[in-house]
Amino acid sequence: MKIEDDQPDSGQSGGPAGPPQRTAAHELERYGALFARRTQVMRSSAMRDLMAVTARPEVISLSGGLPDTTTFPPESFAGLMARLAHQESAAALQYGPTEGHLAVRECVVEVMAAEGMRIEADDALMTTGGQQVIDLVCKTLIDPGDVIIAEAPTYPGAVPTFCSYEADVVQIDMDADGMRIDVLERTLDTLAAEGRAPKFIYTIPSFHNPAGVTMSLERRRRLVQIAAERELLVLEDNPYGMLRFEGEPHPTLYSLDDASFVIYLGTFSKILAPGIRVGWTVAPRPVMEKMNLGKQGVDLCSSSLTQKFVSTYFADGRWRDYVTSLSAIYRDRRDVMLEALAEHFPAEATWTRPEGGLFLWATLPDYIDTTDLLARALRDNVAFVPGRAAYMDGRGGSEMRLNFSGVGDQEIREGIRRIGKVIQEQVELYSTITGAGPTGPAARRPQPAVSEPVVEARVVPLRQRRAGGR
Amino acid sequence: MSRVALLKGGHSLERQVSLKSAARVEDALERLGHEVVDIDVGADLVQRLSAAAPDVAFVAMHGRDGEDGTVQELLELIGTPFTGPGPYACQRCWDKVLTKRALVEAGIPTPPFHAFSQTAFRELGAALALPAIEQRLEFPLVIKPASQGSALGIKFARTAADVPGCLLTAFSYDTKVLLERHVDGDDLSVSILDGPEGPTALPVVQAIPHPDDDFYDFVARYEIGRTTFACPADLPPGVTERAQRMALEAYELLGCHGFARVDIMLERRSGDLFVIEVNAIPGLTETSLLPQAADAAGISFDALIGRMLDTALARSPIARA
Repeated sequence: MKIEDDQPDSGQSGGPAGPPQRTAAHELERYGALFARRTQVMRSSAMRDLMAVTARPEVISLSGGLPDTTTFPPESFAGLMARLAHQESAAALQYGPTEGHLAVRECVVEVMAAEGMRIEADDALMTTGGQQVIDLVCKTLIDPGDVIIAEAPTYPGAVPTFCSYEADVVQIDMDADGMRIDVLERTLDTLAAEGRAPKFIYTIPSFHNPAGVTMSLERRRRLVQIAAERELLVLEDNPYGMLRFEGEPHPTLYSLDDASFVIYLGTFSKILAPGIRVGWTVAPRPVMEKMNLGKQGVDLCSSSLTQKFVSTYFADGRWRDYVTSLSAIYRDRRDVMLEALAEHFPAEATWTRPEGGLFLWATLPDYIDTTDLLARALRDNVAFVPGRAAYMDGRGGSEMRLNFSGVGDQEIREGIRRIGKVIQEQVELYSTITGAGPTGPAARRPQPAVSEPVVEARVVPLRQRRAGGR
Repeated sequence: MSRVALLKGGHSLERQVSLKSAARVEDALERLGHEVVDIDVGADLVQRLSAAAPDVAFVAMHGRDGEDGTVQELLELIGTPFTGPGPYACQRCWDKVLTKRALVEAGIPTPPFHAFSQTAFRELGAALALPAIEQRLEFPLVIKPASQGSALGIKFARTAADVPGCLLTAFSYDTKVLLERHVDGDDLSVSILDGPEGPTALPVVQAIPHPDDDFYDFVARYEIGRTTFACPADLPPGVTERAQRMALEAYELLGCHGFARVDIMLERRSGDLFVIEVNAIPGLTETSLLPQAADAAGISFDALIGRMLDTALARSPIARA
């Protein structure tokens, strides 16, 4: 055996003749020194790596946010593409205006009218999915350290966007009626006392992702009122509004506002298909103009091809039938999931009962960590989204998001059975370790509320600012 | 030049890490002029290996199957030479309890520990033994699954109240867990690389975690910029050599082959060194420690990969058994 000298010998690469290679340590230093400060808050996570395993075919994934695109008839798809190729080939293959093609913006007018909102085609800015709206709003409004108010839990996909703009995110607890407006008001007062005003309030009022709850009409009215009183913008993210299974629809925040303080985010992802990446925003004019400029810098324009796919599809006039058929499918799947939860989850677990959308939110006993539970569940080939993904302040450790739109009835039943089994295993093991009596599976009751708040809202400064910069 | 089957991915929780390692290895193998057949390991592994008929397999898998000896058993069975250790060494490194028992028997320092299976708790009333163990090992305790890489499932218990939750976490990753005395000090790693002159200890790498991070965890390991590294580590006189010798002893004790990485803690208060674990198939990503150590020894990434391959080819499948 031999011990290598500690002195680097940079002259001898040991490799074959060829172009000089930069070494691992140098690569690290080189890139590390070039990275922008904001990359330090772009976090990877063990969870994201665990999620990579969920893509394997043998895994029943209740983790995605996937609409069921298998329900869109392939022959319709082929027919639409053929028509598009014959009628608008050159334009579909060409760049388009940053704000989007007029024909698709007219579709937006139609969709928004179906949810009780009146706009004109000129009011909409087409985007590359709804996700781009979140990015453009942050790009337009957020300087490092600015405050964004979000729900607790919030849409996990918004978290990396908020992080990359170095926002301080304050999360407001929810209950069965959505964001707790009383908590919001107290939080705004606290922030005001510190001389900090949030730039915007991010909310998914209908069939919340991930919580599965819907904001009551009273709270919607009050939220819009607060925004006007305090001159705050509200980003209303409404991808699921048309996927209502039961109950009366509530007006959108946008329709309750006089177009002064609500930025509306819409998307064709859940009412048509996410693969086309077509979303839109309607915002107060000065905000919209800045977002348009921001978009020019990002991608000049969204895909002409897929925008024209949407307008060709809408020309048939059957889009509402498709949404109705999707809602019926998702309603049945939700029911299957609720039944399976009642059968297989232990007595200590609670979950929401969504009236629409794609998700429900389950809360387990506080000693169960759902990130670890996912690792265990993956051994049984089933996946969900651990709750921490939906918080920026470390909460959500015992919570999970379950999706019921992406897989069929049998897989939902089997997936919930498997998750229930690993939860029960952990409950029993914990009882054994702590000496508490074991608890059996529950006699059933769905719980309408999101988890009991321990802390109502917290301002969590970003890590590297706390550490004093890079 | 050789036809190399690059085994990657698989079912393990460290699949992503494996894919990152493999991507770098593939580039290096191609630069070295080898023909690479990359195989994302699944149910068709044997079939794909038979079809590819490689001269050698490069095992760039981490975690279950790749690091626990399963794939190595198969490779032996079909007579394909492969990089890294054989099945027995893999099993002894993968199971930290086996590793630590072997170290203790050989007199190589490792932090005091106790191991439990789920059965011990479920059927044999092990919970009653916890207070005595907590008293013996003292807080904070490190509680971890017996197997699993990349620090997955490892937690600190600062008080007795933390222990049940930490055990539950560890049991999420394995049916066997261990409670270990926490060594407060510096995280060192010594990589060993085999060659014509026998195994060589490379310069010591010290991982210096971000001030906000509790310890060198999964995120810290694989995210550029999360952790800074000192290589060669700036250590008190004699420590580097002691760490390297200790690493070589552990490597040989466990029957490793080709390469390995030995993780060591340097205790702040005593200056003593403790072997924490031995990684039979260490990561080869941009932030991994073995490539950094090789780099500090003047061995480029390509040369490192070339040497791993040469060592594998120099060993016949019969010699492994």
